[in-house]
Amino acid sequence: MNGIPAIDHMDRQIVLATQEGLPLTARPYHAVAKRVGLEPQEVIVRMRRLLDQGVIRRIGVIPNHYALGYLGNGMAVWDVADESVLEMGRMIGDLDYVSHCYLRPRFPPEWPYNLFAMVHGHDRGQVLERVDKINAVMDEDARAHDVLFSTRILKKTGLRLPT
Amino acid sequence: MSAGLDDIDKAIINGLQGGFPLSEEPFAEAGMRLGLDEDDLIARIQKMLDDGALTRFGPMYHAEKLGGGLSLAAMKVPEADFDAVAEKVNAHPEVAHNYARDHAFNMWFVLATGAPGRIEQVIAAIEEETGLKVYNMPKIEEFYIGLSFGA
Repeated sequence: MNGIPAIDHMDRQIVLATQEGLPLTARPYHAVAKRVGLEPQEVIVRMRRLLDQGVIRRIGVIPNHYALGYLGNGMAVWDVADESVLEMGRMIGDLDYVSHCYLRPRFPPEWPYNLFAMVHGHDRGQVLERVDKINAVMDEDARAHDVLFSTRILKKTGLRLPT
Repeated sequence: MSAGLDDIDKAIINGLQGGFPLSEEPFAEAGMRLGLDEDDLIARIQKMLDDGALTRFGPMYHAEKLGGGLSLAAMKVPEADFDAVAEKVNAHPEVAHNYARDHAFNMWFVLATGAPGRIEQVIAAIEEETGLKVYNMPKIEEFYIGLSFGA
């Protein structure tokens, strides 16, 4: 498991100043530096370290799936043998139409599935076709699978970072 | 589908989900890679944010590495009690997203907490309040996350 990297007070100020997004100006890190009271170069160095530590996963655009034309999405789940699940996870995570892929604990017998992927498509039919394609590639590595479609959003608030 | 997005917008979405430079003038640098000038790149990102094609632009943080807890939890809720249970679950501020799904496991929610140990406390509280078991499914491993315009 990953340890928790050391993050100091000034790092947290940078997190707070950027978690909603980067300013859309030619020199965005200068704008952040002004907000937190640091030199621009110091902000860049700190953010580069946070990126190296994995505290920042990546920096860039975060698309809205619906705007990409992906109107259908299903949570596909598989029961994959422990010895091949990492290989299968990497293979599925690489697919263009998969946005998230995780290994999670099983709760047998009610919940035998350990590999989860959000599979996107223009509609549910396309999602199911894509899951079938994944099944074909996984062959006998997947012992069972299912696809869960959402029927209602019961709550959706932004993820707030602990600070 | 993809209303209002042209090929350049799509190239930005496909090419800039990561790797935005950490430099003095990052838009100029990123634009060069995409064959766009700085102002055009800024204007297009702004427009896609305004139109909702992008949900955010900037660094994406890793909640657990900032010291927080994050998990996915599921419940099997009897249909007759569904709305009442949803209300009890949603009342917890640590519940960030909650979705109804068409399965015996019909309620799925994401828990995000300031401290990792708090996840178990919130789950225990929900079980106490609803009389139902909460299946805690924190990620063990994560595979690359991304989405692009495919065929």
